[in-house]
Amino acid sequence: MGKVAIINVREGKILDALNRFWRGLLETRAVDALLIPQTLPGGRNVVQTLVSDPQNLKRPDPLAPVLPVNSARLLSQMTRVAPSPRKVGAVLRSCELRALVELVKLKQASLDNLVLIGVDCLGTCSVGRYAERIEAGLTTEDFVRSFGEGQEDVSLREACQICEFPAPVHADLTVCLIGADLEKGIPVVAQTPEGAQILEGLDLKPGEDREVAGREEALSQLIARRTAVRDETLAQMQREAHGMENLLATFAGCINCRNCSTVCPMCYCKTCFFDSPVFDVEADRYLGWTEKRGTLRMPADMLLFHLTRMTHMAMSCVGCGMCQEACPNDIPVAHIFRMVGMGLQTVFDYVPGRSLEEELPLATFREGELPGIAEE
Amino acid sequence: MRGQKREESLLPDEAFEPVIVGFLCQWCTYTAADLAGTTRTQYPPNIRPIKTMCSGSVDPVYVLRALLGGADGVLIGGCRPGDCHYVSGNLKARRRIAALKSILKTLGLEEDRVWLRWISAAEGKKFADTVSEFTQKLKKMGPNPIKRHWSI
Repeated sequence: MGKVAIINVREGKILDALNRFWRGLLETRAVDALLIPQTLPGGRNVVQTLVSDPQNLKRPDPLAPVLPVNSARLLSQMTRVAPSPRKVGAVLRSCELRALVELVKLKQASLDNLVLIGVDCLGTCSVGRYAERIEAGLTTEDFVRSFGEGQEDVSLREACQICEFPAPVHADLTVCLIGADLEKGIPVVAQTPEGAQILEGLDLKPGEDREVAGREEALSQLIARRTAVRDETLAQMQREAHGMENLLATFAGCINCRNCSTVCPMCYCKTCFFDSPVFDVEADRYLGWTEKRGTLRMPADMLLFHLTRMTHMAMSCVGCGMCQEACPNDIPVAHIFRMVGMGLQTVFDYVPGRSLEEELPLATFREGELPGIAEE
Repeated sequence: MRGQKREESLLPDEAFEPVIVGFLCQWCTYTAADLAGTTRTQYPPNIRPIKTMCSGSVDPVYVLRALLGGADGVLIGGCRPGDCHYVSGNLKARRRIAALKSILKTLGLEEDRVWLRWISAAEGKKFADTVSEFTQKLKKMGPNPIKRHWSI
């Protein structure tokens, strides 16, 4: 456990307390800008914003249970050409941090001059469901409190319900919510020397290890519970989609819109293979295939797209579930990609987002490995 | 019933001649195929060879395209480990094919229809034997059931 500081919470107002913390980061010039989720005017959505003037931190709310976009995509967009010489603090959830690690390894993002601030993720709803919560008068603080009371929120996205990574990884600073007595204070833990330096510069009460003592226990209980749900859910998915017949039934609603790929943090190619003319053929070829098969589903190559996408991204799938949010026809793509990804990750003993040093399995090789693949 | 007849025609039988799409590295397996030809080594005519620069240049999309298009099997032929013209393309291919097979297996599709084999330019006989063995295996497996589905 790194250096701990405590953000004071007055009268149970968690968001106000955190707001002072975010402001402090900008006011002390610990960072020159923050990438931080803020509530949009109207209140029905919370989106990532870039802010450099603390005055413009109007309604920051990184704990709001909604994730419209996986921010790893945004950081890739921002840093891929060249990172800024100025410091940017990025407030991220676990799936965003893990996706960012993968993108860095894929040379699609840079961590230079980024200060990664992770927040414990208590789960997120779909954008539509979040708006309904707001209309029903449910606040972020209600959400955090009911989580603290151990209630599993059934309105969370399915990807979140099976997520066994609630805690941030690779963050310089971690805002700890799980297992903390938030009415008293919010612990912030520095996990890197840079994080520790930032904490020192802020006007925060130094904390002691005992103030995050409950965290490990609460985390491991949550992870165990989520892992059990994950295994059950994915086992059921495997039964449902097993074999060509079932797989095609599962993908019956697909319209080749490729939204799943557009929002996927791992689908980074500027020109997708499926935008290339490689499989563009003359009409007569289609008629030839039709004669062979009797009927040809149009648009063609639905399954080819999904299977190919799996060969390209599933190894790095962090299970953020953005694909399923973007699917117009409710195909359980998040579960399918997660299930396939876990199979792949087991073969290569790889966990996406686990380590910056660990090589991407498909970018390297070992001699004498994988018996049975090439020679019987 | 017509549907029934269609089903029956997909059962393994003597008359079934599988179609194998071969992605063969030009530095080894493709040359081995040539050698098999020039030395008049007999092997089944079921393979449709495609010359590639390296087994490492075969993106799984082409393997999938062949399988979904109705090929009964796909053979990827590369150089023996250590002999790759591009140093390590074949060993990267091994990872890629292992990944593809894992995906097919998870989804309950037949990963045994994809073979990766190391066949050097000197191994005309091994090429012929591999094609014979694969053809026999596919005859036992029967036609690729993907052919039955039009809604792919």
